[in-house]
Amino acid sequence: MKKVAIIGAGPAGIEAASILARSGVEVTLFEKSETPLKNLQDKAFLFPNFQAAQEIIDDLSGKLLVDGITLVSGVEISELKWQGTEWKLTDSKAQTYVTDAVLIATGYQVFDAHRKEELGYGIYKGVITSLDMEQMIKHGKILNANGDEPKRVTFLQCVGSRDEKSGNHYCSKICCVTAVKQAIEVRKQLPKCEASVFYMDLRMWGQGFEEMYRTAQEKYGVSFVRGRISEAAGTFDGRVQLKSEDTLMGLPLKMTTDLLVLMVGMEASCGTKSLGKACDISGDYGFIRTVNPHLYDNETGKPGLFAAGTCKRPMSVSDSINDARSAALAIKDYLDTI
Amino acid sequence: MANRYWNEYQKTIADDRYYYERSCIRQTFFPGSETAFLKIMKDELGKDIFDDFRLHTCTGIGYHTDVVPLETTMTVVARIFSLMTERGYENLVPSCITSFGVFTEMIHMWQEHPELLEQTRENLYKACKREFEMPKNVAHPSDLIFKYRFELAEKMKYRLVNRFTGKPLNVVEHIGCHYAKLFPDKGVGKAEFPYVLAGMIEAWGGHVVDYPERRHCCGFGFRQYLVQENRGYSVSNTKKKLESMEPYEPDFIVSNCPGCSMFLDRWQYTIAEMEHKTYDREGYGIPVLTYEEMAGLLLGYDPWVLGLQIHQVQCERLLDKIGIPYDPKQKYNSASGKILRAPEKPENLLV
Repeated sequence: MKKVAIIGAGPAGIEAASILARSGVEVTLFEKSETPLKNLQDKAFLFPNFQAAQEIIDDLSGKLLVDGITLVSGVEISELKWQGTEWKLTDSKAQTYVTDAVLIATGYQVFDAHRKEELGYGIYKGVITSLDMEQMIKHGKILNANGDEPKRVTFLQCVGSRDEKSGNHYCSKICCVTAVKQAIEVRKQLPKCEASVFYMDLRMWGQGFEEMYRTAQEKYGVSFVRGRISEAAGTFDGRVQLKSEDTLMGLPLKMTTDLLVLMVGMEASCGTKSLGKACDISGDYGFIRTVNPHLYDNETGKPGLFAAGTCKRPMSVSDSINDARSAALAIKDYLDTI
Repeated sequence: MANRYWNEYQKTIADDRYYYERSCIRQTFFPGSETAFLKIMKDELGKDIFDDFRLHTCTGIGYHTDVVPLETTMTVVARIFSLMTERGYENLVPSCITSFGVFTEMIHMWQEHPELLEQTRENLYKACKREFEMPKNVAHPSDLIFKYRFELAEKMKYRLVNRFTGKPLNVVEHIGCHYAKLFPDKGVGKAEFPYVLAGMIEAWGGHVVDYPERRHCCGFGFRQYLVQENRGYSVSNTKKKLESMEPYEPDFIVSNCPGCSMFLDRWQYTIAEMEHKTYDREGYGIPVLTYEEMAGLLLGYDPWVLGLQIHQVQCERLLDKIGIPYDPKQKYNSASGKILRAPEKPENLLV
């Protein structure tokens, strides 16, 4: 029986594992957290259909029960070496594994908003990230720094993405639509609360996204301001003062908000960066480099070494799952040739 | 206030052997500050700091108002460097924040465009047969006081504490724009939350006021003030800052820039005249100190030798809060004992 190691038990890792296991491959799935799907557990609803993230978690968790999958959680892969005909993996507990192929699905981490000091994250309680807001939405408790219902919530796009200062020039792809989704949720849960989104340009690339953006404006009264926020500062009463420019009006703008939500972009995770470096497949910004983005987007150019999901670039959950299916097919083809 | 990113970057500040460059305007605005700084460096810290009487303008104000062309500024800066080279020093300490910005900017341009450096060397030699080396380290005097803030704290007689309440004084710190906004890595704590003055205040017992317009311009802004028709912008920017800090009831403001200290102080009188408004509870204004004055006061230097009587907003209430003794009769005596003409009611902003 052919053996495959999959590093990372997120949506991509689990999807690929279940497909490979169902086709008779022995899969060992490694996860550094104690439980799989860690990033997805932080989500409340997924765009554009507002499907509860828990439903996706339940579905993917069910796929882990397929015969042939061994989940090894709470360990990181510290060494990954090609030995001529097979891969040798060593985990953080010094356990070694030998497999015919390896799929890297080590995913992403969000940009650390502390790095944008001018936006006051970690300094002012009223400044939170999109992850914090997702938790508030999930638990139905959207509260300001004083523990009260906010009267105004402001979202800021492109924090740590499309940003020369932080060194991340790329678009993080999912933040635009996530802000629209979260602004709608704020208006649903707190109908008296104003919601505004500061953006550079809104990239509604997916099916249903543009409609959602329209709905946010027409049905939920979310206002959209084209401009970046240059500075956030705490006020005497615990709110947050923002300075920006409304670039459509061509005027400077100063306003006070109860919550400033920083839409933090995706970055390559530490695991992605270290494995990419160790295997010489590290691409731009530490994401995994593949052979060809059109034709061979799961192949790394190393024998039996593949990549899927957000370890390659920012992706939505559905794109990650589709990419994992493609990777599973590529791995099957490879296994048939050895 | 705490942020782990503030501590990740530490600016390099030389340990000793400094070449001091006095400011064109500070000796008029704050006549005791530069002397106090030299005294602190020499007498309190035992450092070698050279005060060169031959120095001249860096052209900063003319440069930033487009009166002096870049080539001239570069040549004048090169001459200052040549005087430093001649004296055998390598660590430059310019008193004025604009000079600090000009030197930093010229060095940066020369590093990025070596052909400009060569042209400047040629221009300087043609003009006055001089040659120069670039300084190894450029630090503002506030960097040095920050660097040695804990050593100075041990020598201080007073702390930034209200002796009547026992609580830390509320201190507004204001950093000159040309300190870290031009080149963030040249400032302690970088541009967003400069720590150079905040570090002094915390080390000496005070509480740093974090108010919404903390990073806003003081109002000087060169063209805003120097072009007479623009002075409304200057006053309105200062007003914006004062309004923003007012709810926090600051005991005083401290700055490391000559323009900022000047305008945050003087415009309080102008605003009081224009709008019959002051930003303290009692109607006397918020005192504004330079960091040398703040350090000197806590070290026990005489407030009148430090030149506090020259300020617009009078400082006696602040001295009383800290518990610093002063002789009202000596307030308007010169250093040589000569009695100067005193204003009738210097404490009154609202007239």
